[in-house]
Amino acid sequence: MSEEKMVLRVENVTMQFGGVVAVNDLSIDVPEGKIIALIGPNGAGKTTAFNCITGVYEPTNGLVEFMGQPMVRNHPTGKMKKQYLGQDGEKYIHDPVLNPSPDKITHLGIARTFQNIRLWKSMTVFDNVLTAKHMRAKQNVFSATFRTSAKEERRMRQETADLLAEQNLLQYQNELATSLPYGLQRRLEIARALATDPKLLLLDEPAAGMNPQETQELADFIVETREKYNLTVFLIEHHMDLVMRISDYIYVIDFGSEIAQGVPREIQSNQRVIDAYLGVSEDE
Amino acid sequence: MNETLYTSSEKKTGNVIAICVIALLYVFLFVLDNFLPSNSFTLMLIPVLKKGAIYSLICVSMNLLNGFTGLFSLGQAGFLLIGAYSYAIFAIPADQHSAVYQYFDGGLIQFSIPEALGSVLGTNLGNFLGAIICIIIAGLIAAAFAALIGIPVLRLKSDYLAIATLGFAEIIRAICQWSGLGTITNGSNLLRKYTSFSDIKISFGDTVFKLSTIFPFLIAMVSILLIVLLINSSYGRAFKAIRDDEVAAEAMGINLFKHKMLSFVISSFFAGVGGALLAMYQTTIQASAFKTAMTYEILLIVVIGGIGSVTGSCIASFLYIACNEWWLRFLDSGSVFGLSVPFFRDGFRKVVFSVIIMVVVLFFSRGIMGDKELSFAGLIRRLKRKKKPAQAAEVSEGGDGNE
Repeated sequence: MSEEKMVLRVENVTMQFGGVVAVNDLSIDVPEGKIIALIGPNGAGKTTAFNCITGVYEPTNGLVEFMGQPMVRNHPTGKMKKQYLGQDGEKYIHDPVLNPSPDKITHLGIARTFQNIRLWKSMTVFDNVLTAKHMRAKQNVFSATFRTSAKEERRMRQETADLLAEQNLLQYQNELATSLPYGLQRRLEIARALATDPKLLLLDEPAAGMNPQETQELADFIVETREKYNLTVFLIEHHMDLVMRISDYIYVIDFGSEIAQGVPREIQSNQRVIDAYLGVSEDE
Repeated sequence: MNETLYTSSEKKTGNVIAICVIALLYVFLFVLDNFLPSNSFTLMLIPVLKKGAIYSLICVSMNLLNGFTGLFSLGQAGFLLIGAYSYAIFAIPADQHSAVYQYFDGGLIQFSIPEALGSVLGTNLGNFLGAIICIIIAGLIAAAFAALIGIPVLRLKSDYLAIATLGFAEIIRAICQWSGLGTITNGSNLLRKYTSFSDIKISFGDTVFKLSTIFPFLIAMVSILLIVLLINSSYGRAFKAIRDDEVAAEAMGINLFKHKMLSFVISSFFAGVGGALLAMYQTTIQASAFKTAMTYEILLIVVIGGIGSVTGSCIASFLYIACNEWWLRFLDSGSVFGLSVPFFRDGFRKVVFSVIIMVVVLFFSRGIMGDKELSFAGLIRRLKRKKKPAQAAEVSEGGDGNE
């Protein structure tokens, strides 16, 4: 995979909370235009890994690169220096200039959805998507208040309507986001993420709580969306059939460490993965 | 609230009616100021209207922060104080300084903006424009303080933010009362003799018209209009996104600190403007009046009106002020229609008031308006549907609502 252009590179990322290593020395490459999946049993550290990429947490150690530019670079400092349990403690120079926060990372072109849906509940479907466009708007608070940027506002509204139409959500545009059925809320959250013009879409358990048919639809939807918007997709998922169907490459983690990686067929037959999911009996 | 829900024709008729109602209101206020004989009715009505308009602005400015951005701040009294003092300091005529600042050698600032303009443009126009300039300065100074206070305070969340802003408001009051700054703030003494509402007049040739009631309505309406325009803009949507879900807002690229700061500074600017108007209304001000109780009073009105509703805040302001200063006064006076009632004595009004507030909070827990807005477009739609309940009441409230 080395010749392909990498959208996201996660290198030796370790996230340690006190004495607990939530993510241990994780390295992931996400090549352009692919669908990459991160799987693992409950509590394996998948969402923590996501949070390290999106700036919610600053990883204790390691490097995250987006489109070849370093986004986060850190090594254990202060009290963590003594407590650190991971590897490569001295390798990465901490770069305070990067100092990422979730909004800055979204500006760079990484959009995400959440495991437990986080739509803005008092807003309509239309406003949920329109608000996500605020980030890219050039108006300042005065031009917005005095309506001198009405042209941009009209363009944003048009783009929102187009996006909703493409996602088959236009007929719900005036309904409150939380009044939609569960599956559509998921889809709306993806639409909202798309409104930020991302290059990379991070999906945190998009099929959680869905029935097999909805999962099927979601799988088709993700593949379609990737093609339509020229995206790269990186997802966390529990539904094995969804992951096996759509992923190009899979990373498996357990207890924060990678236990396997490969194309879906290899993962399906990997003994360590099967053990991690089904458990191994100690006696045998 | 949601513009997309109304058709453009509904919006258009709504706007036309709103403009007509506002125009009628101003004609009424103008007549009230100039041509109506003063009797016991107008003597009560005029102060209630003035104070109601001022409180509308103050409550809407608090609602912008608490209701629309979800920042539970209790520093409003502090910013009102800054606004009131800034206004008064720049509007005391030069020859009155020795009288006002009698313990501080006539004070530090030896000019008055309305007076300076008056010497160029004539007294009436000078007072009018000077007052407006002083009000804007008051807002700007309040906003500058908010920007400074916001840097440490806005990193806190919910209750902690409330406590910190409450503390800052008290600190501001203490500083204003400190005799070390006496040459500017007059220590704990009154500031007085500055340009007040009764000085706002307009002259056409020889005829002079008083604008003392129109003026607060004018300033409050323009300010509220600006706040509404902001709320309905892209920034307003970002504020609401922060209120609904901070984590999601940040993940969608909204810079939390920047937007919270914006909301805090803008809210404080209009609180400063409100404070300046309050100073004009009261004709004398003293820092000791701007206690935490004042913030609670404003918060109460915001809650009664509905957190997240501009028209709700306006309606609740007028109702609260009218009840407090006028309609429930008889409870203190000891008699109703000549009958003396033993319960009705000083302070009984407050008891009844507390009961009313409890009833409102228990049975209308989301306030009069919830987070909905009252608009003429909405009223038209209702009337078209031929749903009749309380039409008359709503229409009359609609007039207030647009102020």
